[in-house]
Amino acid sequence: MNAGRALVGLLVFPGLLYALPAAWLMLWIERKARARMQGRIGPPFYQPFFDFVKLMAKRTVPLAPFDAILAAGLPILAGSSLLVALGLLPVLSGPGGFAGDVILLVALLEVPGLAAVLAGFASRSIFGQLGGAREAVLSVVSSVPFLGAVVALAISARSLRLVEVASGPAAAVRWPAVIALVLCLPLKLRINPFSLVNAEQEIYAGPLTEYAGPKLALWELVHGMEWVAWTGLAACFGLPLRSGRPARDIALMIAGSFLLVVLLAVAAAGTARLKVRQAGLFYWSWGLGLTLLALVLAVIPRGGGGG
Amino acid sequence: MSVIDKLVARSRRRSPWLFRLNAGGCNGCDIEFSACLSPRYDVEQTGALLVGSARHADILCVTGPVTRGSLAALETIFAQMGDPKAVVAVGNCPATCDVFAGSPVIAGPLDGLVPVDVFVPGCPPRPGDIIEGIARAVAALPAKGARGGKRDAKRKRGAGKKT
Ligand code: SF4
Repeated sequence: MNAGRALVGLLVFPGLLYALPAAWLMLWIERKARARMQGRIGPPFYQPFFDFVKLMAKRTVPLAPFDAILAAGLPILAGSSLLVALGLLPVLSGPGGFAGDVILLVALLEVPGLAAVLAGFASRSIFGQLGGAREAVLSVVSSVPFLGAVVALAISARSLRLVEVASGPAAAVRWPAVIALVLCLPLKLRINPFSLVNAEQEIYAGPLTEYAGPKLALWELVHGMEWVAWTGLAACFGLPLRSGRPARDIALMIAGSFLLVVLLAVAAAGTARLKVRQAGLFYWSWGLGLTLLALVLAVIPRGGGGG
Repeated sequence: MSVIDKLVARSRRRSPWLFRLNAGGCNGCDIEFSACLSPRYDVEQTGALLVGSARHADILCVTGPVTRGSLAALETIFAQMGDPKAVVAVGNCPATCDVFAGSPVIAGPLDGLVPVDVFVPGCPPRPGDIIEGIARAVAALPAKGARGGKRDAKRKRGAGKKT
């Protein structure tokens, strides 16, 4: 793997330089779309940035040394793994990545959810623990269709290299797998109708109830980066990128990501929060159904029914 | 004032996060407060956000005369909020105890228990007045020191203890 290219991926695009402003912009789009759907004007576009700066400068009640390390370490761990995951995204053509990087990407994308579970339990608040428990249950629920979709794509592409997994699968496998992946996004991003984890006003702020000031600012940023990473992943698997023309690929990936943010935000604003059981039923019927379809089509030998 | 101080002061003005506490009111003020978030008034345009956890909030909006039962909750919530913070007394109840004055179950008025930055009179006040009160409380925030107003926070805690 080319180290220079990996560094550019990590620090420039789709890494830090793109992810930071995109995270704030996506957080704004989500709030703005919700406001517009409710007939309100909503916040100005710089809102998430000012929220971040304000939180960073806020004084908080001091914690015990171990709690303070854990409270600051978890969002930093979540943010770093998202950044590396973003760096791995196969946007451009060429020999990027390494054999097995799809496994690394999946593992890195699961870290923020795990960090949120730990954050909830480490805060020792009943609401934090409730939120952490819900996150744990729901990440299992959504991970089965998500992992199944990625496995189907990998089987169809006959590779564990991200570039090939994103470009190689047959169309008959790609579409059910990508739709299953997009269905997982509201749960992975904790938005309606699957906003059970941080169900505002119901369990206050879920795992983040006890977080404040700079640590909360980091979590807000991590949430924005989750938007960038998950929508970027769906764009990379669903759109015809890697054409050999970098400007076209980058523009298409950004446009696809932002379009997905708008669609998800509108869907979130138009739906109400479901219960854990209902969320489970949805993912284990629709999500798993599509994934199984993709898996069956993927294992049918090429040249046969799979196309 | 350095560039960072200016940015922080500006961010505070543009991003007031609100926490609402009903300290024993009749719910009239709470209904008017909710109207501030509705499409007609849409306080989110100013960057304000109603948050579920007091630790996330900058502005504490108290309605009601503060009953003895709600006093402990008021003190806990006020202590949980990080500096800089401001308190808005919404309605006549927190200012004067209004129709509840003289009742043996009342610990208020509010300014004898926590330092109050802005009073919004009315029984109940109109949503426009509540938004103006929030804006005045927000304007008071940057004056408390660009990085959190340690001295001011100490003075305020002292004021809270006296009564
Ligand atoms: S000020 Fe009036 S409306 Fe508001 S809580 Fe008191 S009695 Fe009710």
